[in-house]
Amino acid sequence: MTEPPVIVAEALAQRFGTRTIFRDVSFQVTPGEVFVILGGSGCGKSTLMKQLIGLLTPTAGRITVRGQVIAGPGAGKARAALHHDIGVMFQSGALFGSMTLLENVMLPLEVFTDLPPEGRAAVARVKLALVGLADAASLMPAEISGGMAKRAGIARAMAMDPPLLFLDEPSAGLDPITSAGLDQLILALRRDLGATFVVVTHELASIMAIADRCLMLDRAAFPDAGGVIAEGDPRRLREESTHPTVRAFFRREPLQAA
Amino acid sequence: MPAPVRLSVMEQAGEVVLAVTGRLDAQGAGAIWNATLRAGAAARGRPLAIDLSAASFCDLDGATLLAAAEAAHGAPATLRGATEHVAALLARARTGVAAPVPPPPASHAGPRETLAAAMALVAGAIAYLGETAIALVHLPRHRRMFRVADFLLYVLQSGARSLPLAMLLGYLMGLILAFQSEVPMRRYGADLFVADLVTIALVRELGPLLAAIILSGRTASAFAAEIGTMKVNEEVDALTTMGIDPTVNLVLPRIAAVMLVMPVVTLVLEFAGLAGMTTVMRSFGFPLVTILHETQGAADLTDLLGGLAKSMAFGLAVAAIGCRAGLATGVGPRAVGLAATAAVVGGIVSTIALDGIFALLFYRLGL
Repeated sequence: MTEPPVIVAEALAQRFGTRTIFRDVSFQVTPGEVFVILGGSGCGKSTLMKQLIGLLTPTAGRITVRGQVIAGPGAGKARAALHHDIGVMFQSGALFGSMTLLENVMLPLEVFTDLPPEGRAAVARVKLALVGLADAASLMPAEISGGMAKRAGIARAMAMDPPLLFLDEPSAGLDPITSAGLDQLILALRRDLGATFVVVTHELASIMAIADRCLMLDRAAFPDAGGVIAEGDPRRLREESTHPTVRAFFRREPLQAA
Repeated sequence: MPAPVRLSVMEQAGEVVLAVTGRLDAQGAGAIWNATLRAGAAARGRPLAIDLSAASFCDLDGATLLAAAEAAHGAPATLRGATEHVAALLARARTGVAAPVPPPPASHAGPRETLAAAMALVAGAIAYLGETAIALVHLPRHRRMFRVADFLLYVLQSGARSLPLAMLLGYLMGLILAFQSEVPMRRYGADLFVADLVTIALVRELGPLLAAIILSGRTASAFAAEIGTMKVNEEVDALTTMGIDPTVNLVLPRIAAVMLVMPVVTLVLEFAGLAGMTTVMRSFGFPLVTILHETQGAADLTDLLGGLAKSMAFGLAVAAIGCRAGLATGVGPRAVGLAATAAVVGGIVSTIALDGIFALLFYRLGL
């Protein structure tokens, strides 16, 4: 029997005041896959990610993570415990500026485990080595490049070895070489650690390199709101989709005015 | 030195000709903008021609001027002495000049919106107080989220580093108060009691108040800027998703530190104030023994402790408001600056409001 899905999203909607960002967003994420949420600017992909990581309460719908309902009908205290199961890399790394990279990765270990200081440092060093930053452990966030900051953010997200990792726009602002390096890192981590990745991005090259399946949002999916316009293997979507926005996205063409 | 741009208006065979000499770029267009538009408007009803044969250069900005002149005239002009490239630029400029100007978005600053914003502000403040109280209640369980190293750092920054300023301000305040009250009180032969006056004023009111204002300016704004920058950088979100309560990790250590240092800063300020007062009194010829005697008799322990208790309450307000301003930071480069301003203003206003409440309270308690 196949493993149960690690995330189940049912009919998610998000409204701010009178503006509906999206509605009727439903999908599942299988364990061990790289699931990419993509779409044009303003489609709500960052909003959707915030719902999945517990920073935003959906206006409607239900989210179940690893069998626990964290939002919507039936949500109990599971949301408060969500942090045990997930690690999040924010867009620019969101490293704590007053701590070295090593201290950044050690922080969750300090708060949530009984590891002695040497143990914490060892675990943190292993995580930094995994992302290729072993030599930069004593540097401060202000002293490293954007690409290094994102890698450090991933290392920190992995500090407690969560089974589910969220990456917000990992390639944003990176040159093609660094971006490709990050893609390879994500695939290597998935292979070595068996973690599930949910990646929000709109970089075509990354999507094609890493995504097993993807979910495409569009702000004009409905007349009054955004929503899902495509789901599935991005390579298949590129070849077979008949939706104009999906085709334009994957072929990197401007949308033809009707 | 490039030739200055000049516009000449001529009438030839029933048509108005605008001839441009020189380099028609943005600078050049600026020099003759008003004149050209006036000439175009004045030529309404008659055919208009633009002669660029004496113009050494024309770019899109220059073409924009020509298009604007055409719009003022009301009909397209004939272009003479221009290259194909310039003609193409003029065509582009025409579309841009002709595009309708979208109306500015309706400003939502009516009385209803202002009231709604004010109520949202109050609701947010109450929510924040609640969150802080809950964080305090859960602190034993979450004690690892409260980093003692951070707490000590804030004690150093807000306390130890404020002392020089507190001493300076205190000394000057004591000096000024004593000096200003000396002259009128001498008329009633009561100049000895300046010592009592300054002592009571400092110990009961000015000590705590000035210390709170110092910390509001130095520390509350620093807290707001630090936490605001963290918020803009998504670091606060990162803490939340890690399961670390930002209130316990960021706010409580700061509030605790300021409440701890405020009585010390206040005491130092008061002693410096008494020293300033003593300087003035000595200069007026009073012996030190007499001054000390008056000082001791003027304020008792209750006054002193009451003042220090007030200072702790002020510290709580100032630190809490500073952290709140930081957590409420919006987006954009101005947001952190606005947060720092809100922190200082809020700190000072709340200090004075609390002072009034304490005055009433102490009066009722007979203190």
